Amino acid sequence: MAGKIVLCRCEDVTLSDLEHCVHRGYLDIEEVKRYTGFGTGPCQGKECLAPMATQLARLTGKQPAKIPPFTSRPPLAPTPIKILARAPDAHRFEDDTE
Amino acid sequence: MMPGNDDDGSDESRADASGEIRLPATLEASGPVPEKAEIVIVGGGVMGLAIAYYLARRGLDDVVVLERGYLAEGASGRNGGGVRQQWSTEINIRLMQESVDLCRRFAVDVGVNVWFRQGGYLFLARSAKEVARLEKNIAIQNKCGVATRMLEPVAAQEIVPELDLTGIVGAAYNPTDGILFPWPFLWGYARQAAAHGVRIFTQTAVTQLTATEDGGFTVDTPRGTVRARRVINATGAWSPKLAKLIGVDVPTYPIRHEICSSEPLKPFLRPMVSELSSGLYCSQSMRGEIVGGVTVPGHGSTYAMGSTLEFLATYARRLVKLMPILGDIKILRQWAGPYDQSPDGNPIVGASPEHPNFFLACGFVGHGFMMAPIVGKLYAEWLTGGAKHEIFERYTLARFRDGSAAAHEKEDFNIG
Repeated sequence: MAGKIVLCRCEDVTLSDLEHCVHRGYLDIEEVKRYTGFGTGPCQGKECLAPMATQLARLTGKQPAKIPPFTSRPPLAPTPIKILARAPDAHRFEDDTE
Repeated sequence: MMPGNDDDGSDESRADASGEIRLPATLEASGPVPEKAEIVIVGGGVMGLAIAYYLARRGLDDVVVLERGYLAEGASGRNGGGVRQQWSTEINIRLMQESVDLCRRFAVDVGVNVWFRQGGYLFLARSAKEVARLEKNIAIQNKCGVATRMLEPVAAQEIVPELDLTGIVGAAYNPTDGILFPWPFLWGYARQAAAHGVRIFTQTAVTQLTATEDGGFTVDTPRGTVRARRVINATGAWSPKLAKLIGVDVPTYPIRHEICSSEPLKPFLRPMVSELSSGLYCSQSMRGEIVGGVTVPGHGSTYAMGSTLEFLATYARRLVKLMPILGDIKILRQWAGPYDQSPDGNPIVGASPEHPNFFLACGFVGHGFMMAPIVGKLYAEWLTGGAKHEIFERYTLARFRDGSAAAHEKEDFNIG
Protein backbone atom coordinates (compact mmCIF):
# COMPACT_ATOMS: atom_id res chain seq x y z
CA MET A 1 0.00 0.00 0.00
CA ALA A 2 2.77 2.44 1.03
CA GLY A 3 4.29 1.88 -2.40
CA LYS A 4 1.20 3.43 -3.97
CA ILE A 5 1.03 6.56 -1.81
CA VAL A 6 2.89 9.26 -3.74
CA LEU A 7 4.38 12.02 -1.56
CA CYS A 8 6.45 13.84 -4.21
CA ARG A 9 4.82 13.99 -7.63
CA CYS A 10 7.73 15.61 -9.49
CA GLU A 11 10.13 12.79 -8.60
CA ASP A 12 7.70 9.91 -7.94
CA VAL A 13 8.70 9.40 -4.30
CA THR A 14 6.33 7.14 -2.37
CA LEU A 15 5.69 6.55 1.32
CA SER A 16 7.42 3.20 0.88
CA ASP A 17 10.54 4.98 -0.42
CA LEU A 18 10.52 7.18 2.69
CA GLU A 19 10.18 4.11 4.95
CA HIS A 20 13.22 2.47 3.31
CA CYS A 21 15.15 5.70 3.72
CA VAL A 22 14.31 5.90 7.46
CA HIS A 23 15.15 2.22 8.01
CA ARG A 24 18.58 2.82 6.53
CA GLY A 25 19.16 5.58 9.10
CA TYR A 26 18.81 8.60 6.82
CA LEU A 27 16.69 10.73 9.17
CA ASP A 28 17.60 14.38 8.59
CA ILE A 29 15.24 16.15 6.15
CA GLU A 30 18.30 17.15 4.08
CA GLU A 31 19.37 13.48 3.93
CA VAL A 32 15.85 12.42 3.01
CA LYS A 33 15.84 14.95 0.17
CA ARG A 34 19.09 13.56 -1.22
CA TYR A 35 18.30 9.89 -0.62
CA THR A 36 14.83 9.91 -2.12
CA GLY A 37 15.20 12.82 -4.54
CA PHE A 38 12.06 14.46 -3.16
CA GLY A 39 11.89 18.22 -3.65
CA THR A 40 14.43 18.28 -6.48
CA GLY A 41 11.93 18.54 -9.33
CA PRO A 42 10.14 21.53 -10.85
CA CYS A 43 8.25 22.43 -7.63
CA GLN A 44 11.49 22.41 -5.58
CA GLY A 45 9.58 21.21 -2.52
CA LYS A 46 6.78 23.75 -2.57
CA GLU A 47 4.21 20.98 -2.86
CA CYS A 48 5.90 17.95 -1.26
CA LEU A 49 7.87 19.33 1.68
CA ALA A 50 4.94 19.41 4.13
CA PRO A 51 3.61 15.89 3.43
CA MET A 52 7.13 14.45 3.50
CA ALA A 53 7.93 16.22 6.81
CA THR A 54 4.63 15.04 8.30
CA GLN A 55 5.36 11.42 7.44
CA LEU A 56 9.00 11.76 8.56
CA ALA A 57 7.76 13.02 11.95
CA ARG A 58 5.40 10.04 12.21
CA LEU A 59 8.06 7.46 11.23
CA THR A 60 10.83 8.86 13.48
CA GLY A 61 8.65 9.91 16.42
CA LYS A 62 10.09 13.42 16.22
CA GLN A 63 8.06 16.50 17.10
CA PRO A 64 7.08 18.23 13.83
CA ALA A 65 8.65 21.42 15.20
CA LYS A 66 12.01 19.57 15.32
CA ILE A 67 11.92 19.06 11.54
CA PRO A 68 12.81 22.36 9.88
CA PRO A 69 12.33 22.70 6.11
CA PHE A 70 15.34 21.89 3.93
CA THR A 71 17.44 24.82 2.71
CA SER A 72 15.48 26.85 0.19
CA ARG A 73 17.48 27.38 -3.01
CA PRO A 74 17.21 30.33 -5.39
CA PRO A 75 15.71 31.18 -7.81
CA LEU A 76 12.23 31.44 -6.29
CA ALA A 77 10.68 30.00 -9.47
CA PRO A 78 12.28 28.29 -12.49
CA THR A 79 13.90 31.14 -14.46
CA PRO A 80 15.08 31.17 -18.11
CA ILE A 81 18.85 31.49 -18.52
CA LYS A 82 18.49 34.31 -21.08
CA ILE A 83 16.76 36.48 -18.46
CA LEU A 84 19.46 35.80 -15.88
CA ALA A 85 22.10 36.59 -18.53
CA ARG A 86 20.80 40.17 -18.72
CA ALA A 87 21.22 40.81 -14.98
CA PRO A 88 23.82 43.56 -14.43
CA ASP A 89 25.44 41.56 -11.60
CA ALA A 90 27.65 39.39 -13.85
CA HIS A 91 31.40 39.31 -13.39
CA ARG A 92 33.18 40.50 -16.57
CA PHE A 93 36.09 38.45 -17.95
CA GLU A 94 38.86 39.77 -20.19
CA ASP A 95 37.23 38.27 -23.26
CA ASP A 96 33.75 39.66 -22.49
CA THR A 97 33.19 42.13 -25.29
CA GLU A 98 30.06 44.18 -24.60
CA MET B 1 12.54 7.77 -9.19
CA MET B 2 14.53 7.25 -6.04
CA PRO B 3 18.27 7.79 -6.45
CA GLY B 4 19.02 6.22 -3.09
CA ASN B 5 17.19 3.00 -3.69
CA ASP B 6 19.93 0.57 -2.81
CA ASP B 7 17.62 -2.39 -2.15
CA ASP B 8 19.17 -4.92 -4.50
CA GLY B 9 17.04 -7.83 -3.27
CA SER B 10 19.94 -9.43 -1.39
CA ASP B 11 19.21 -11.45 1.73
CA GLU B 12 20.04 -8.57 4.07
CA SER B 13 16.55 -7.26 3.28
CA ARG B 14 13.98 -9.06 5.39
CA ALA B 15 10.26 -8.85 5.93
CA ASP B 16 8.97 -7.96 9.40
CA ALA B 17 5.82 -9.41 11.02
CA SER B 18 3.53 -7.30 8.85
CA GLY B 19 5.21 -8.50 5.68
CA GLU B 20 6.89 -5.13 5.09
CA ILE B 21 10.46 -5.22 3.79
CA ARG B 22 12.71 -3.64 6.39
CA LEU B 23 16.25 -2.73 5.38
CA PRO B 24 19.05 -2.88 7.98
CA ALA B 25 20.39 0.48 9.14
CA THR B 26 23.50 1.86 7.49
CA LEU B 27 23.78 4.91 9.75
CA GLU B 28 23.53 5.42 13.49
CA ALA B 29 22.03 8.83 14.13
CA SER B 30 21.61 8.18 17.87
CA GLY B 31 23.07 6.03 20.64
CA PRO B 32 26.57 5.94 22.13
CA VAL B 33 29.77 5.61 20.12
CA PRO B 34 31.95 2.55 20.94
CA GLU B 35 34.64 2.88 23.61
CA LYS B 36 37.47 2.02 21.25
CA ALA B 37 38.32 1.44 17.62
CA GLU B 38 41.43 0.64 15.63
CA ILE B 39 40.74 3.54 13.27
CA VAL B 40 38.47 6.56 13.65
CA ILE B 41 37.73 8.37 10.41
CA VAL B 42 36.42 11.90 10.92
CA GLY B 43 34.21 13.05 8.06
CA GLY B 44 31.30 11.28 6.37
CA GLY B 45 32.09 12.52 2.90
CA VAL B 46 33.23 10.51 -0.09
CA MET B 47 36.87 10.44 1.03
CA GLY B 48 36.21 9.09 4.52
CA LEU B 49 33.63 6.59 3.31
CA ALA B 50 35.84 5.37 0.46
CA ILE B 51 38.68 4.74 2.92
CA ALA B 52 36.26 2.99 5.32
CA TYR B 53 34.87 0.83 2.53
CA TYR B 54 38.28 -0.31 1.29
CA LEU B 55 39.58 -0.91 4.83
CA ALA B 56 36.59 -3.15 5.54
CA ARG B 57 37.01 -4.93 2.22
CA ARG B 58 40.59 -5.71 3.25
CA GLY B 59 39.42 -7.16 6.57
CA LEU B 60 40.02 -4.18 8.85
CA ASP B 61 36.50 -3.60 10.13
CA ASP B 62 37.23 -2.13 13.58
CA VAL B 63 36.56 1.27 12.08
CA VAL B 64 34.32 4.11 13.23
CA VAL B 65 33.26 6.99 10.96
CA LEU B 66 32.17 10.19 12.71
CA GLU B 67 30.16 12.72 10.68
CA ARG B 68 29.33 16.05 12.29
CA GLY B 69 26.09 16.55 10.34
CA TYR B 70 24.44 14.37 7.74
CA LEU B 71 26.15 12.24 5.11
CA ALA B 72 27.39 14.31 2.15
CA GLU B 73 26.73 17.60 3.94
CA GLY B 74 30.00 19.10 2.70
CA ALA B 75 31.55 19.26 -0.75
CA SER B 76 30.75 15.59 -1.50
CA GLY B 77 27.08 16.48 -1.79
CA ARG B 78 27.64 19.76 -3.59
CA ASN B 79 29.93 19.04 -6.55
CA GLY B 80 29.24 18.66 -10.25
CA GLY B 81 30.08 14.94 -10.51
CA GLY B 82 32.82 15.31 -13.11
CA VAL B 83 35.41 12.53 -13.46
CA ARG B 84 38.28 13.37 -15.82
CA GLN B 85 41.75 12.24 -16.76
CA GLN B 86 42.72 15.54 -18.40
CA TRP B 87 45.25 16.85 -15.87
CA SER B 88 48.62 18.55 -16.17
CA THR B 89 50.76 16.26 -13.99
CA GLU B 90 51.56 12.62 -14.65
CA ILE B 91 50.73 11.53 -11.11
CA ASN B 92 47.21 13.02 -11.22
CA ILE B 93 46.57 11.61 -14.71
CA ARG B 94 47.58 8.10 -13.61
CA LEU B 95 45.51 8.31 -10.40
CA MET B 96 42.47 9.41 -12.39
CA GLN B 97 42.89 6.59 -14.93
CA GLU B 98 42.49 4.19 -11.99
CA SER B 99 39.59 6.17 -10.53
CA VAL B 100 37.72 6.01 -13.85
CA ASP B 101 38.19 2.23 -13.85
CA LEU B 102 36.76 2.04 -10.33
CA CYS B 103 33.79 4.24 -11.35
CA ARG B 104 33.06 1.94 -14.28
CA ARG B 105 32.97 -1.05 -11.94
CA PHE B 106 31.20 0.71 -9.07
CA ALA B 107 27.69 -0.58 -9.75
CA VAL B 108 28.96 -4.17 -9.88
CA ASP B 109 31.42 -3.91 -6.96
CA VAL B 110 29.24 -1.86 -4.60
CA GLY B 111 25.72 -2.65 -5.78
CA VAL B 112 24.45 0.87 -6.31
CA ASN B 113 23.76 2.64 -9.59
CA VAL B 114 25.76 5.89 -9.63
CA TRP B 115 24.57 6.88 -13.09
CA PHE B 116 28.14 6.97 -14.43
CA ARG B 117 28.28 8.03 -18.06
CA GLN B 118 31.45 8.40 -20.15
CA GLY B 119 30.53 11.17 -22.55
CA GLY B 120 33.99 12.74 -22.57
CA TYR B 121 35.27 16.17 -21.58
CA LEU B 122 35.63 18.96 -24.13
CA PHE B 123 37.87 21.89 -23.09
CA LEU B 124 37.53 24.98 -25.27
CA ALA B 125 40.29 27.54 -25.88
CA ARG B 126 39.77 31.16 -26.90
CA SER B 127 43.44 32.13 -27.28
CA ALA B 128 46.72 30.73 -28.65
CA LYS B 129 48.04 30.72 -25.10
CA GLU B 130 45.20 28.45 -23.98
CA VAL B 131 45.78 26.15 -26.95
CA ALA B 132 49.46 25.89 -25.99
CA ARG B 133 48.44 25.01 -22.42
CA LEU B 134 46.11 22.26 -23.65
CA GLU B 135 48.74 20.90 -26.06
CA LYS B 136 51.34 20.73 -23.31
CA ASN B 137 48.94 18.78 -21.08
CA ILE B 138 47.83 16.48 -23.91
CA ALA B 139 51.43 15.39 -24.53
CA ILE B 140 51.65 14.22 -20.90
CA GLN B 141 48.20 12.61 -21.03
CA ASN B 142 49.04 10.71 -24.24
CA LYS B 143 52.27 9.45 -22.64
CA CYS B 144 50.13 7.96 -19.85
CA GLY B 145 47.79 6.31 -22.35
CA VAL B 146 44.91 8.79 -22.20
CA ALA B 147 43.66 9.39 -25.75
CA THR B 148 43.05 13.15 -25.49
CA ARG B 149 43.43 15.00 -28.79
CA MET B 150 43.30 18.57 -30.06
CA LEU B 151 40.34 19.41 -32.25
CA GLU B 152 39.71 22.23 -34.69
CA PRO B 153 36.66 24.29 -33.67
CA VAL B 154 34.48 22.70 -36.39
CA ALA B 155 35.36 19.22 -35.10
CA ALA B 156 34.33 20.29 -31.59
CA GLN B 157 31.04 21.46 -33.07
CA GLU B 158 30.47 18.01 -34.55
CA ILE B 159 30.48 16.67 -30.98
CA VAL B 160 28.40 19.57 -29.59
CA PRO B 161 26.35 21.12 -32.45
CA GLU B 162 24.93 23.75 -30.07
CA LEU B 163 28.33 25.52 -29.75
CA ASP B 164 28.72 29.06 -31.07
CA LEU B 165 32.27 28.96 -32.47
CA THR B 166 32.79 32.74 -32.43
CA GLY B 167 36.13 33.28 -30.69
CA ILE B 168 36.86 29.57 -30.23
CA VAL B 169 40.30 28.67 -31.61
CA GLY B 170 40.74 25.05 -30.49
CA ALA B 171 39.57 22.29 -28.18
CA ALA B 172 40.89 19.29 -26.24
CA TYR B 173 38.71 16.20 -26.17
CA ASN B 174 39.03 12.93 -24.30
CA PRO B 175 36.10 10.58 -24.91
CA THR B 176 36.62 8.43 -21.79
CA ASP B 177 36.15 11.18 -19.19
CA GLY B 178 32.69 11.19 -17.65
CA ILE B 179 30.18 12.29 -15.05
CA LEU B 180 28.40 10.57 -12.19
CA PHE B 181 25.68 11.30 -9.65
CA PRO B 182 27.60 12.04 -6.42
CA TRP B 183 25.03 11.18 -3.74
CA PRO B 184 24.51 7.45 -4.45
CA PHE B 185 28.28 7.03 -4.49
CA LEU B 186 28.31 7.81 -0.75
CA TRP B 187 25.32 5.61 0.04
CA GLY B 188 27.00 2.73 -1.76
CA TYR B 189 30.27 3.04 0.14
CA ALA B 190 28.40 3.60 3.44
CA ARG B 191 26.13 0.63 2.97
CA GLN B 192 28.93 -1.79 2.02
CA ALA B 193 31.24 -0.50 4.75
CA ALA B 194 28.45 -0.97 7.32
CA ALA B 195 27.64 -4.43 5.96
CA HIS B 196 31.30 -5.35 6.55
CA GLY B 197 31.26 -4.10 10.16
CA VAL B 198 32.18 -0.41 9.99
CA ARG B 199 30.04 1.78 12.26
CA ILE B 200 28.97 5.13 10.80
CA PHE B 201 27.69 7.82 13.17
CA THR B 202 25.91 10.87 11.79
CA GLN B 203 25.07 14.01 13.81
CA THR B 204 28.23 13.31 15.81
CA ALA B 205 30.71 16.19 16.00
CA VAL B 206 34.23 15.73 17.31
CA THR B 207 34.53 18.18 20.20
CA GLN B 208 38.04 17.29 21.35
CA LEU B 209 40.94 15.27 20.05
CA THR B 210 43.75 14.36 22.43
CA ALA B 211 46.98 12.47 21.78
CA THR B 212 47.61 9.76 24.39
CA GLU B 213 50.93 8.40 25.69
CA ASP B 214 50.60 5.14 23.78
CA GLY B 215 50.66 7.00 20.47
CA GLY B 216 46.90 6.84 20.00
CA PHE B 217 44.09 9.30 20.59
CA THR B 218 40.93 9.94 22.52
CA VAL B 219 38.16 11.34 20.35
CA ASP B 220 35.43 13.15 22.30
CA THR B 221 31.91 13.53 20.94
CA PRO B 222 28.58 14.42 22.57
CA ARG B 223 27.78 10.68 22.29
CA GLY B 224 30.82 9.51 24.19
CA THR B 225 34.57 9.12 23.79
CA VAL B 226 36.30 6.69 21.43
CA ARG B 227 39.86 5.58 22.09
CA ALA B 228 41.52 5.17 18.69
CA ARG B 229 44.91 3.83 17.70
CA ARG B 230 44.80 5.84 14.48
CA VAL B 231 42.74 8.83 13.34
CA ILE B 232 42.14 9.90 9.74
CA ASN B 233 41.18 13.52 9.04
CA ALA B 234 38.80 13.37 6.06
CA THR B 235 36.87 16.54 6.84
CA GLY B 236 37.59 18.31 3.53
CA ALA B 237 37.48 22.07 3.88
CA TRP B 238 37.18 21.71 7.66
CA SER B 239 40.50 19.81 7.91
CA PRO B 240 42.49 22.71 9.44
CA LYS B 241 39.94 22.99 12.26
CA LEU B 242 40.10 19.32 13.21
CA ALA B 243 43.91 19.24 12.95
CA LYS B 244 44.14 22.32 15.16
CA LEU B 245 42.57 20.32 18.01
CA ILE B 246 45.87 18.44 18.41
CA GLY B 247 48.09 21.34 17.42
CA VAL B 248 48.70 20.36 13.79
CA ASP B 249 48.74 23.25 11.31
CA VAL B 250 47.16 22.31 7.96
CA PRO B 251 47.67 25.10 5.39
CA THR B 252 44.45 24.57 3.42
CA TYR B 253 41.57 27.04 3.35
CA PRO B 254 37.94 26.99 2.18
CA ILE B 255 36.92 28.73 -1.05
CA ARG B 256 33.23 28.86 -1.90
CA HIS B 257 32.28 27.66 -5.37
CA GLU B 258 28.74 27.96 -6.67
CA ILE B 259 26.89 25.66 -9.03
CA CYS B 260 23.38 25.34 -10.43
CA SER B 261 21.02 22.91 -12.08
CA SER B 262 18.41 23.33 -14.83
CA GLU B 263 15.10 21.66 -15.45
CA PRO B 264 15.50 18.13 -16.88
CA LEU B 265 15.76 17.93 -20.67
CA LYS B 266 15.85 15.17 -23.26
CA PRO B 267 19.46 13.87 -23.55
CA PHE B 268 21.38 15.97 -26.10
CA LEU B 269 24.72 16.97 -24.57
CA ARG B 270 27.28 14.17 -24.67
CA PRO B 271 30.47 15.57 -23.13
CA MET B 272 31.16 17.84 -20.18
CA VAL B 273 31.90 21.18 -21.87
CA SER B 274 34.35 23.58 -20.25
CA GLU B 275 35.85 26.91 -21.30
CA LEU B 276 39.28 27.84 -19.95
CA SER B 277 38.93 31.63 -20.08
CA SER B 278 35.98 31.82 -17.67
CA GLY B 279 36.13 28.47 -15.91
CA LEU B 280 32.63 27.78 -17.26
CA TYR B 281 31.64 24.12 -17.22
CA CYS B 282 28.39 22.30 -17.81
CA SER B 283 27.23 18.76 -18.40
CA GLN B 284 23.96 16.92 -18.74
CA SER B 285 23.34 14.50 -15.91
CA MET B 286 21.59 11.16 -16.35
CA ARG B 287 18.58 12.91 -14.78
CA GLY B 288 18.57 15.23 -17.80
CA GLU B 289 19.51 18.39 -15.90
CA ILE B 290 22.21 20.75 -17.14
CA VAL B 291 24.54 21.08 -14.15
CA GLY B 292 27.25 23.71 -14.28
CA GLY B 293 29.30 26.51 -12.81
CA VAL B 294 31.71 29.30 -13.62
CA THR B 295 34.61 31.03 -11.88
CA VAL B 296 33.54 34.09 -9.91
CA PRO B 297 36.80 35.43 -8.51
CA GLY B 298 37.59 37.51 -5.50
CA HIS B 299 35.49 36.42 -2.54
CA GLY B 300 38.35 35.13 -0.38
CA SER B 301 38.37 32.35 2.14
CA THR B 302 35.01 31.58 3.73
CA TYR B 303 32.81 28.82 5.06
CA ALA B 304 29.71 30.81 4.06
CA MET B 305 27.72 28.64 1.67
CA GLY B 306 25.09 31.12 0.52
CA SER B 307 24.11 31.63 -3.13
CA THR B 308 24.60 34.82 -5.15
CA LEU B 309 22.95 36.47 -8.14
CA GLU B 310 26.46 37.44 -9.28
CA PHE B 311 27.23 33.76 -9.86
CA LEU B 312 23.95 33.00 -11.59
CA ALA B 313 24.22 36.04 -13.87
CA THR B 314 27.86 35.25 -14.74
CA TYR B 315 27.07 31.62 -15.49
CA ALA B 316 24.02 32.52 -17.57
CA ARG B 317 25.90 35.18 -19.52
CA ARG B 318 28.80 32.89 -20.38
CA LEU B 319 26.57 29.91 -21.13
CA VAL B 320 24.42 31.78 -23.68
CA LYS B 321 27.58 33.19 -25.25
CA LEU B 322 28.90 29.65 -25.74
CA MET B 323 25.62 27.84 -26.45
CA PRO B 324 22.94 30.44 -27.34
CA ILE B 325 20.16 27.87 -27.68
CA LEU B 326 20.37 27.14 -23.94
CA GLY B 327 18.99 30.62 -23.21
CA ASP B 328 15.47 29.25 -23.16
CA ILE B 329 16.02 26.52 -20.56
CA LYS B 330 15.17 27.29 -16.96
CA ILE B 331 17.37 27.18 -13.86
CA LEU B 332 15.70 25.22 -11.04
CA ARG B 333 18.15 25.77 -8.21
CA GLN B 334 21.60 26.98 -7.26
CA TRP B 335 23.80 26.09 -4.30
CA ALA B 336 27.41 26.31 -3.14
CA GLY B 337 30.15 24.14 -1.67
CA PRO B 338 33.69 24.61 -0.36
CA TYR B 339 36.87 23.74 -2.25
CA ASP B 340 39.56 22.66 0.22
CA GLN B 341 42.26 24.82 -1.31
CA SER B 342 45.89 23.81 -0.79
CA PRO B 343 48.80 26.23 -1.36
CA ASP B 344 50.24 24.30 -4.32
CA GLY B 345 47.04 22.84 -5.79
CA ASN B 346 48.01 19.31 -4.73
CA PRO B 347 46.44 17.20 -1.96
CA ILE B 348 47.83 16.54 1.51
CA VAL B 349 47.90 12.85 2.46
CA GLY B 350 49.87 10.58 4.76
CA ALA B 351 50.75 11.00 8.44
CA SER B 352 51.36 14.35 10.10
CA PRO B 353 54.96 14.97 11.23
CA GLU B 354 53.90 15.57 14.86
CA HIS B 355 51.69 12.50 15.22
CA PRO B 356 52.58 9.45 13.12
CA ASN B 357 49.11 7.97 13.75
CA PHE B 358 47.21 11.09 12.66
CA PHE B 359 46.57 10.84 8.93
CA LEU B 360 45.36 13.47 6.47
CA ALA B 361 43.21 13.21 3.36
CA CYS B 362 42.66 16.84 2.44
CA GLY B 363 43.56 19.69 0.10
CA PHE B 364 41.92 18.18 -2.98
CA VAL B 365 40.94 21.59 -4.43
CA GLY B 366 37.55 20.66 -5.84
CA HIS B 367 38.51 17.30 -7.30
CA GLY B 368 38.37 15.21 -4.14
CA PHE B 369 35.26 13.44 -5.32
CA MET B 370 36.78 12.06 -8.49
CA MET B 371 40.01 11.18 -6.66
CA ALA B 372 38.31 9.46 -3.72
CA PRO B 373 37.87 5.98 -5.23
CA ILE B 374 41.59 5.52 -5.94
CA VAL B 375 42.81 7.44 -2.88
CA GLY B 376 40.51 5.39 -0.63
CA LYS B 377 41.82 2.18 -2.16
CA LEU B 378 45.49 3.20 -1.88
CA TYR B 379 45.03 4.43 1.71
CA ALA B 380 43.42 1.15 2.76
CA GLU B 381 46.17 -0.89 1.10
CA TRP B 382 48.85 1.07 2.91
CA LEU B 383 47.16 1.09 6.33
CA THR B 384 46.58 -2.67 6.19
CA GLY B 385 50.24 -3.43 5.55
CA GLY B 386 50.17 -3.35 1.76
CA ALA B 387 52.10 -1.17 -0.64
CA LYS B 388 52.71 2.50 0.21
CA HIS B 389 51.92 4.48 -2.92
CA GLU B 390 54.18 7.39 -3.85
CA ILE B 391 51.41 9.95 -3.10
CA PHE B 392 52.02 9.24 0.59
CA GLU B 393 55.71 10.17 0.17
CA ARG B 394 55.19 13.08 -2.18
CA TYR B 395 52.04 14.86 -1.01
CA THR B 396 52.89 15.06 2.68
CA LEU B 397 52.14 17.86 5.09
CA ALA B 398 55.90 18.03 5.75
CA ARG B 399 56.51 19.36 2.22
CA PHE B 400 55.24 22.78 3.27
CA ARG B 401 57.65 22.90 6.20
CA ASP B 402 60.93 21.60 4.72
CA GLY B 403 60.58 23.51 1.46
CA SER B 404 60.22 20.39 -0.72
CA ALA B 405 56.79 21.52 -1.97
CA ALA B 406 58.54 23.72 -4.52
CA ALA B 407 60.25 20.66 -6.00
CA HIS B 408 56.96 19.10 -7.10
CA GLU B 409 55.05 19.90 -10.26
CA LYS B 410 52.21 22.28 -9.56
CA GLU B 411 48.84 21.10 -10.83
CA ASP B 412 47.55 23.95 -13.01
CA PHE B 413 44.35 22.39 -14.26
CA ASN B 414 41.93 22.99 -11.39
CA ILE B 415 38.80 24.33 -13.09
CA GLY B 416 35.59 25.92 -11.86
